[in-house]
Amino acid sequence: MNLWFLKPEYRQRLSYHIALLGGVALLTSAAIGVADHLTRTDIAQRQLEDLKVTLQQVIPPQYFDNDLVRDTVTVNDDGDQPVMAYRARRSGQVQAVCYRVKAPGYGNTAMVIAIGVDRAGTLLGVRVVSHNETPGLGDKIELSKSNWILSFTGRSLSDPQPDKWAVKKDGGVFDQFTGATITPRAVVKAVKKGLGFFAEHRAELLDEAPTKTAQVAVSPAPNGSTRGD
Amino acid sequence: MTTTPHCGADPAVEPVPQPASGKEDYRGVFADGLWRNNVVFAQMLALCPLMAVTTTATNGLGMGVATTGVLLASNIAIAGCRDLISQEVRIPVFVLLIASLVSLADMAINAWLHELYKVLGLFIPLIVVNCSVLGRAEVFASKRAVLISAVDGLAMGLGYTLALILIGGCREILGSATLFAHASLLLGDGFAFLETTLIPNYKGFLLMLLPPGGFLVLGFLLAGKRAMERRWEQRAAARSKAETGGQQAPSTA
Repeated sequence: MNLWFLKPEYRQRLSYHIALLGGVALLTSAAIGVADHLTRTDIAQRQLEDLKVTLQQVIPPQYFDNDLVRDTVTVNDDGDQPVMAYRARRSGQVQAVCYRVKAPGYGNTAMVIAIGVDRAGTLLGVRVVSHNETPGLGDKIELSKSNWILSFTGRSLSDPQPDKWAVKKDGGVFDQFTGATITPRAVVKAVKKGLGFFAEHRAELLDEAPTKTAQVAVSPAPNGSTRGD
Repeated sequence: MTTTPHCGADPAVEPVPQPASGKEDYRGVFADGLWRNNVVFAQMLALCPLMAVTTTATNGLGMGVATTGVLLASNIAIAGCRDLISQEVRIPVFVLLIASLVSLADMAINAWLHELYKVLGLFIPLIVVNCSVLGRAEVFASKRAVLISAVDGLAMGLGYTLALILIGGCREILGSATLFAHASLLLGDGFAFLETTLIPNYKGFLLMLLPPGGFLVLGFLLAGKRAMERRWEQRAAARSKAETGGQQAPSTA
């Protein structure tokens, strides 16, 4: 190679440094842009599949015959961010809803929990979608590590009584883990909050509001990020 | 390779890479990466991601594999364009290259190896804070040919992986009395046999799972490595003494 700009004396020049740094920045940004373009649809597809898996974990199959991912409703919770709920319909009637609840985990890190509730307000399933808990300690809230999260199934706001909606250490009915109380406490609190949300917005969520205030969005795949934000 | 500075003496000392002359010393590069100049036990680099992920041996393995991939790619990329990169702006150029490689790996694995991403996804962005990648770019890849740099990246990555598994294993055994827990999530169901529970119903030793436990384990392992090397040195010295003594004996007789 006998490229004039590669000769050592050129490489000493300020203009070469600028051109090199600018060129590398341009090239790497271009590469990332291209990669983003190539992977965006695939990643969105994968996230949609993940979302579907999560939804099917918290709502048993006999509750719906529709496409859960596409039947959504956005409910404005006062003071909080609007909540996107997925409706499980059977023969057109909403049988259950699934939505995500955010909770502060250990050290105020973000934790996202998906909960499925049937018409009566009974929990069909709870799963932690994303969290930043200590591996080996707080991560027992994942189903792959422990069955703990299943202990919510079948519970409702009246079972156990509201004052018993806590971990055993706080006088409640839910187990805590060895060495980690804060994480399960946060999950219990978040699930309780989620049930409260259902009780408050029941009509809206179940699509039977007397006044049609519910804003039904039959949009294609919402941003179903399964990772923490 | 002429001489390699002994890392037992000063862990911060990097062996200065020899300029490419004739035959490359692949074995020496491998030995450097795995033992003599190990990223963790000799260079004491990349401790931040190490403390964060080594709560289990499986996590260590995941992080190690991801880092090895990025080290290999970055060493190849930087050795490939080492003639273009001028001394004055090399560090920002390296940082740009490494950061974009990590981003590319993150996106590609998310899109096309999604099952792996669910397990490794957590570790990939952490590689950006791994100073050993930049360290190898600066010390080795920017001065050597592509092939030997690739070998160096691989060896350093493997050495790092071994250190992660070792520390992760120690912390896991002491902290929760298991070894390679959830390995089947990372490696597939075929590797479920790796998962062992040493003491059932172990109460757990929380300290080992928190970052201070990582520092404790690292400290003990470092001390162990130093002691081992000192012993080898003494043994080698004694042997060479005996040999020279043996040679001298007949001449004086």
